[in-house]
Amino acid sequence: MAEPRVRVPSTARRGEVIEIKTLLSHPMETGHRRDVYGKLIPRQIIHTFTCTYNGVEVFRADWHPAVAANPYLAFFTVATESGRLRFEWIDDEGTVYATEADITVA
Amino acid sequence: MSLSQPLRLSRRTLLRQLGAAGVLVTLGPAGAWATKEMVQQAVRDRIGTREPQPHGVTLRLPKIAETGNSVPLTVTVESPMTPDDHVLRLHVFIEGNPEPVAATYHFGVRAGKAEMSTRLRLARSQTVLALAEMSDGSVRSGAASILVTLGACVEEVWGD
Repeated sequence: MAEPRVRVPSTARRGEVIEIKTLLSHPMETGHRRDVYGKLIPRQIIHTFTCTYNGVEVFRADWHPAVAANPYLAFFTVATESGRLRFEWIDDEGTVYATEADITVA
Repeated sequence: MSLSQPLRLSRRTLLRQLGAAGVLVTLGPAGAWATKEMVQQAVRDRIGTREPQPHGVTLRLPKIAETGNSVPLTVTVESPMTPDDHVLRLHVFIEGNPEPVAATYHFGVRAGKAEMSTRLRLARSQTVLALAEMSDGSVRSGAASILVTLGACVEEVWGD
């Protein structure tokens, strides 16, 4: 299982809007492709991404097969307090990919 | 060099014909694409009878993509993102793919800025539509068109 990659500023001013970039290795198999025998390859995508900030959800995404393989997502959040951001990706097989990043807010 | 010239020409002609055949094959299974009705239904399922106002949502999408496998998209919604006035959700619709919805992004005051970037898988040339649900109940829309030279589902064609 490949480790997800996230970029979060390690420090920020209180109230500052910070950009977060995330990347996960995942095939995002659409469920529309066929194998060499003409059989449909079952869908296997990340369907939910969530970002929580000290336990509070600040951003969430519901994905469908049109999200490209190795999904990249950049978004923003307000640096409210020092603490931990947690990122979770859940796929059709129920696998949860997760990573965390700490931020110091002055 | 006099020999290579006709060779190169014929190769180009061949490639062009292959390309044309590819387009024909790609257009072939029309039943696999989302219909206008499916897109309309997907929109209605999400915003009900509300009429989107066609302003305030900007899509950054390349005008042309050589392949549809990973097309960068950035959507920005004009919003102060205050407790009184912010974006709740952003929906991205793709009329030219087998499924009409690409993604829904849940914002909120804590998002701070109503913008997100992703990469899409596009099966063919099409218009990408973004609808933003605002905290006051209104809906805003924006759209961008893209020419996709080689769709993201070519593997299907070769597999069939």
